[in-house]
Amino acid sequence: MNILVFIKQVPDTNEVKIDPVTKTLIREGVPSIINPDDKNALEEAIRIKEEYGAKVIVITMGPPQAETALREALAMGADEAYLLTDRVFAGADTYATAKTLSKMAKKFDYDIIFCGRQAIDGDTAQVGPQLAEQLNIPQVTYVKEVEIEGDTLIVKRALEDGYEVIKVKMPVLLTAIKELNTPRYPSIKGIFEAYREKEVKIVTAADLGVDPQEVGLKGSPTKVISTTTPETQRAGEIFTGNVKECVQNLVQRLVEKHVI
Amino acid sequence: MDFSLTKEQQMVRKIVREFAEKEIAPKAKEIDLTGEFPWDNVKKMAKADMMGIPYPKEYGGAGGDYISYIIAVEEISRACAATGVILSAHTSLACFPIFQWGTKEQKEKYLIPLAKGEKLGAFALTEPNAGTDAAAQQTTAVLEGDHYILNGSKIFITNGGKADVYIVFAMTDKSKGTKGISAFIIEKDFPGFYIGKVEEKMGIRGSRAAELVFEDCVVPKENLLGKEGEGFKIAMVTLDGGRIGIGAQALGIAQAALDEVTKYVKERQQFGRPIGKFQGLQWYIAEMATKVSAARHLVYYAAWRKQNNLSYTMEAAMAKLFASETAMEVTPKAVQIFGGYGYTKDYPVERLMRDAKITEIYEGTSEVQKMVIASNLLKM
Repeated sequence: MNILVFIKQVPDTNEVKIDPVTKTLIREGVPSIINPDDKNALEEAIRIKEEYGAKVIVITMGPPQAETALREALAMGADEAYLLTDRVFAGADTYATAKTLSKMAKKFDYDIIFCGRQAIDGDTAQVGPQLAEQLNIPQVTYVKEVEIEGDTLIVKRALEDGYEVIKVKMPVLLTAIKELNTPRYPSIKGIFEAYREKEVKIVTAADLGVDPQEVGLKGSPTKVISTTTPETQRAGEIFTGNVKECVQNLVQRLVEKHVI
Repeated sequence: MDFSLTKEQQMVRKIVREFAEKEIAPKAKEIDLTGEFPWDNVKKMAKADMMGIPYPKEYGGAGGDYISYIIAVEEISRACAATGVILSAHTSLACFPIFQWGTKEQKEKYLIPLAKGEKLGAFALTEPNAGTDAAAQQTTAVLEGDHYILNGSKIFITNGGKADVYIVFAMTDKSKGTKGISAFIIEKDFPGFYIGKVEEKMGIRGSRAAELVFEDCVVPKENLLGKEGEGFKIAMVTLDGGRIGIGAQALGIAQAALDEVTKYVKERQQFGRPIGKFQGLQWYIAEMATKVSAARHLVYYAAWRKQNNLSYTMEAAMAKLFASETAMEVTPKAVQIFGGYGYTKDYPVERLMRDAKITEIYEGTSEVQKMVIASNLLKM
């Protein structure tokens, strides 16, 4: 069984700030991490490998430094890693990204494709589903539990107030949520093996045989005109003075606002 | 010259820090309060392959480099110094002599389970009358047929009573002085081996310091480590490496204090502004950060020399001396900056201060480090 896991290296949003002038993310000095949902996807793939036997192939598209995320994935237990990196891939929206990733997926004889539900930087949750559409295979999103029975998966898909159980034949694409599992720490031995014994293979647009017009910014129907941070519309009001005055003012304001 | 860590080492730091912050740090206070030995931490470290980082994979290790190991001790100690010394004593003092002087059989029998973290190790040199004067060993080992009979006692043994495997030093020939000391690998279940008094300590309270008692303890002849009479050399070379580990532990404690202070001075308001705005405290913090950075460079430098098979006795002593004194300078200062809160158990800085003190004492006091440095320098 072959499992493809698509991951994304993202800035650790706990540390991200927005530049007040350019309104873009300040990425400098912000540590990069494997997108959390993608880590759940990867963990599940490795768990399936341990339980049923499988080859776990991890793939990302990104700048050269995304190699670190792949090394970490290898250290966790992935078998192979591919980095799709090329200037022409830059600026891709979710459509162009899914299209590029689908070209890569087609190079493998896969049974399961795992993605994270959504990335913490873009928050679109679109790439996984779009990838399934590009590949014309079934998809189950928001996966919280996976079991394998022959060529069929029995998957629990989380809903707001419960879950649905779906039986689906492989090949299939699943998107993982954090309820699926607790990702392991890469072992220290795994880190040394990831750097010394395993390889991160570089894949360019030419390797994929894609038309540069169909990928990256040029292949993206979405155009970002500008990004803004919403202005604070309402500021809190602070009453000062003695308690009696404050309470009177507060009650008066609440009456004015028709709250009481 | 290159001061940067390799990508591997950076990844080790990132992963161990994540592990230490999520798995180790939340329990540090509890471990300190109860003095409970943190078996859970040891098991988790074993699972993450942290108990034998610098040893080859064929001997159960992670196959890593020495600097990565030292970074791991630093990061674990930053979260919990008691857990840090368990890791350091196990790796540097118990695994190392078997790796360096053990026979193939000894490595297979003892190093593999130790480096895998399936078993825990300890090192027993200190005696009631042989502390800094380590050569004054009174424990004796007498060869009788196919085994040695050990008699005597050891004190302050880290991991004592918790470890499965002990490296124990004893006199095999008193007439030869230091050349009459030999090293043995002793299992916890050997007949005649008992655990005596367990110390109630000021700091690193989760770690164990215990007395070992040998009463006609029967040790198979094949458990002699190295040759008869090589014991003192084995102890001294092993301690050279151990000191880099304790330097890393002290560094982790000092870094933790600096991190706590950096956070606190931004939050704590006095006179209408965060106390970090006051130059008096800024100077404290600048001095603390400079010392911590200097300590880190000395510790990593000693580790780098060991990794590259260069002499490191003096550099290890310098690293341990400076890092431990830095920890003892930085942690009381942290308590001072925290004021009354710093003296309570609501904040971790009082624990850091108590944990720091031992780093100036064990594996050679600061005074011993100065003796080592001077004798290497003067060669008199």
